[in-house]
Amino acid sequence: MAWFKKVKAPKAQQPEKKVKIPEGLWVKCDNCKEIVYKKEIDKNLKVCPKCDYHFRITARERLDLIADEGSLVELFPDIAPRDFLEFKDTVRYRDKLKSSQEATGLKDAIIAGEARIGGYPVTVAVLDFGFMGGSMGSVVGEKIALAAENSLEKDMPFITFSSSGGARMQEGLVSLMQMAKTSSAVARLGAKGIPFISVLTDPTFGGVSASFSSLGDIIIAEPRSLIGFAGPRVIEQTIKKQLPEGFQRAEFQLEHGQVDMIIDRKHMKETLVNTLAFFRGNAK
Amino acid sequence: MAYNFLEFEKPLAELENRIEDLRLAAGGQVDAEDEIKKLSKKADELREKIFSGLNAWQKTQVARHQDRPNTEDYIGLLTQGFTEMHGDRLFAEDPAIMGGMAWFNGFPVVIIGHNKGRTTKDRLKRNFGWPHPEGYRKALRLMKFAEKFDRPIITFIDTAGAYPGIGAEERGQSEAIARNLLVMSGLKVPVVAVVIGEGGSGGALAIGVANRVLMLEHAIYSVISPEGCASILWKDGSKAPDAAELLKLTAQDSLKLGIIDEVIKEPLGGAHRNYELAAKNIEKALKKHLSELIAMSPDELVADRYEKFRAIGSFTTPPGAKNA
Ligand SMILES: [Zn+2]
Repeated sequence: MAWFKKVKAPKAQQPEKKVKIPEGLWVKCDNCKEIVYKKEIDKNLKVCPKCDYHFRITARERLDLIADEGSLVELFPDIAPRDFLEFKDTVRYRDKLKSSQEATGLKDAIIAGEARIGGYPVTVAVLDFGFMGGSMGSVVGEKIALAAENSLEKDMPFITFSSSGGARMQEGLVSLMQMAKTSSAVARLGAKGIPFISVLTDPTFGGVSASFSSLGDIIIAEPRSLIGFAGPRVIEQTIKKQLPEGFQRAEFQLEHGQVDMIIDRKHMKETLVNTLAFFRGNAK
Repeated sequence: MAYNFLEFEKPLAELENRIEDLRLAAGGQVDAEDEIKKLSKKADELREKIFSGLNAWQKTQVARHQDRPNTEDYIGLLTQGFTEMHGDRLFAEDPAIMGGMAWFNGFPVVIIGHNKGRTTKDRLKRNFGWPHPEGYRKALRLMKFAEKFDRPIITFIDTAGAYPGIGAEERGQSEAIARNLLVMSGLKVPVVAVVIGEGGSGGALAIGVANRVLMLEHAIYSVISPEGCASILWKDGSKAPDAAELLKLTAQDSLKLGIIDEVIKEPLGGAHRNYELAAKNIEKALKKHLSELIAMSPDELVADRYEKFRAIGSFTTPPGAKNA
């Protein structure tokens, strides 16, 4: 696809967005800026075949990739958010919820369920960045806690996939408290020796990274995912310096001892199965 | 007495300065005394009027007031024989959080609190109360220490937040906060947290998973700073007053939302106008809550704390839905 290289040519300020890409068929990679046949990316688990960049995927897509076929039973699907503070900035929170629900088909930024992975029964909770940036409010907090409690009750390993900008400010202090709630819930798993595997995907920040998702017995990251407490812009504004290349990427977190391993999407399920086998032996 | 007045206290400042001038000029003349008395009464009424109707942004300013009593002040006023402990035993000592052993009401306790510092030098040393991971890990060490020796824990919350910096990220700011939340939820000793000034997000909560959470009347507790919220919502940090209102960050709102257990009254004009009275009010509240908690068994304390945070959240579930 050499001719496309000419399109991308001047590596200047912002012409990136102006490159016309035929609707639907072609996708421009966020990382290498190459234009790739969409079907090729889909076939490759939404990983760029040119540079191995992992595109963000929805919670449903994630579950399709890791749960044994037909094994997923969704848990607590009816829990829905409320605009209890009547929060209104340029848009009302209730309207933002409605449009996000329509766009994603989800009630909130999470799907929880029971599934089998390589035959091992697990409780799994997956955040969806497409729903208000995967932010954690009451519903995400409640479903993480309920899912962890489900694991506790049924003695099943608990697996989370995080992808979130942090706490949902439209729920004020109540959303901050979800950090305590979810961390307390996974603490109970630990006390009973039930394994908790936390997978960090792009991006994982703030109230989610500073609560349950940093507390896995095993912490796995997808390649190049941005992971941190404070967002890079906030840090730059605070220290008034440019951040080093690769700052807060999964590879940076591995180097600084914050994650156990980086696993690409192709090998994620296999890694989970191996880990579950370590915890559970042959008992499925 | 020179107070540092806030913008919205301007009429009060003028009045108080006039009284002060009169006092200096009069030297005990009877007619001047009458005038002073009259003006003082007016000042009291004005103070009452201003401080009973503070909005969220005004409270934010009171909570951040440079003269507001801090953890160190309250330790001095509320406890005896404080012995400070230092370091996380891993990397460094972080003075943005201080802690140690002390006696409260005749009982040995462990005290932990953010400290923004007061003098310029002290503020710099304490990084203006923005902790690094080491601060949280020191706090964690002290909490485990308290648990090991069966001593109640009192924490004082007063920070704009956990420090957003390169070193903080490299050393696992997220993990440090998360670990504290996890460990605090299982502590087998009573824990009482008091938000004395600014309760800034995860950096505040990291020492706030307590059986009882109390807040001073003009303290704030928020998921994000009003400035940060405004810059996200409107790309304009100067709209912080509007964001403060939206965030429902006052003690009164936090009580209404069921997140805190008690609002502690402040002296008229704010805690900085009368340290002793502020401390006395905190002391009374702490005594009440600690005496209730001390009567509970370790398992009851853990269950009580779990249930407290487990119950926080507002969502809808259709009637009869499973597990809700
Ligand atoms: Zn690419």
